[in-house]
Amino acid sequence: MADQLSRVFAALADPTRRDIIDRLSSGDATVTAIAAPYDVSIQAVSKHVKVLEDAGLVTRSRQAQRRPVHLEAEVFDLASMWLERYQRRAEERFQRLDTLLDDLDEDGTPLTHPRTAQKGQAS
Amino acid sequence: MTTPGTDITRARIEADERVPMIHIYRDFAATPAQLFRAHTDPDLFARWIGPAGMGVDIGYWDARDGGSWRYTAGHGEESTAFRGCFHTVSEERVVQTFSWEEMPDAVALETLTLDEIGAGRTRLHATSLCGSFEARDGLLASAMETGVNDGYDAIDRMLEAGEL
Repeated sequence: MADQLSRVFAALADPTRRDIIDRLSSGDATVTAIAAPYDVSIQAVSKHVKVLEDAGLVTRSRQAQRRPVHLEAEVFDLASMWLERYQRRAEERFQRLDTLLDDLDEDGTPLTHPRTAQKGQAS
Repeated sequence: MTTPGTDITRARIEADERVPMIHIYRDFAATPAQLFRAHTDPDLFARWIGPAGMGVDIGYWDARDGGSWRYTAGHGEESTAFRGCFHTVSEERVVQTFSWEEMPDAVALETLTLDEIGAGRTRLHATSLCGSFEARDGLLASAMETGVNDGYDAIDRMLEAGEL
């Protein structure tokens, strides 16, 4: 199972693949239709779709000849929920760091009279 | 994967495809020296590392090559401790180990790189290299109340239902 989830996270690491998922969230599409907005070959897009398929993030119908690509929303939602929460924690930490940096001089030495304290935002 | 010239005003998280690593990117209106100090001065570090609403107590902190560090977050029953060693401490690059004392065998190797990107801004790039993909995924999922095992259970169920 760990392998499966790792493939999901890895598949989501690529900006083109995140774009493709965005596109699929509004409906199934063929590889040709997905490739249209990009300045890359259909083969390249096909490779990205294969990575998404191996991760279980998308499926392709076996019946239809055009084989439209379908987003597996449940898998995507689970993984993106984890990543979003992790991202939010990191961002909260960095916003506290932003506030602290306001109170350091260029060398990183704390100012004697912190700017944030003057603004009444001391934490 | 990170396009140069684009500001990263909010933390960007990437799970590496090749190795069990997490990348974090974020731009700051600060100098590398300021960010370096905020990561290596224990009093400053304790002021932002969080988690939010939890006090951080530095147990020991020796930010030099070969030094070690430990801190606890929270108080009493709720408190939890982290520790590790500093391998390289320089303004260009900080390399250290990181472990949560509840899972002492899961040691991550962390690097911090600070690059000036002009206009008084600095790009932070932090990496955590875990011992396995499973450990990496556990770390990514650790921010959720529902842990990584719930996720594996969900994927198990989807596999059983033939949805994967």
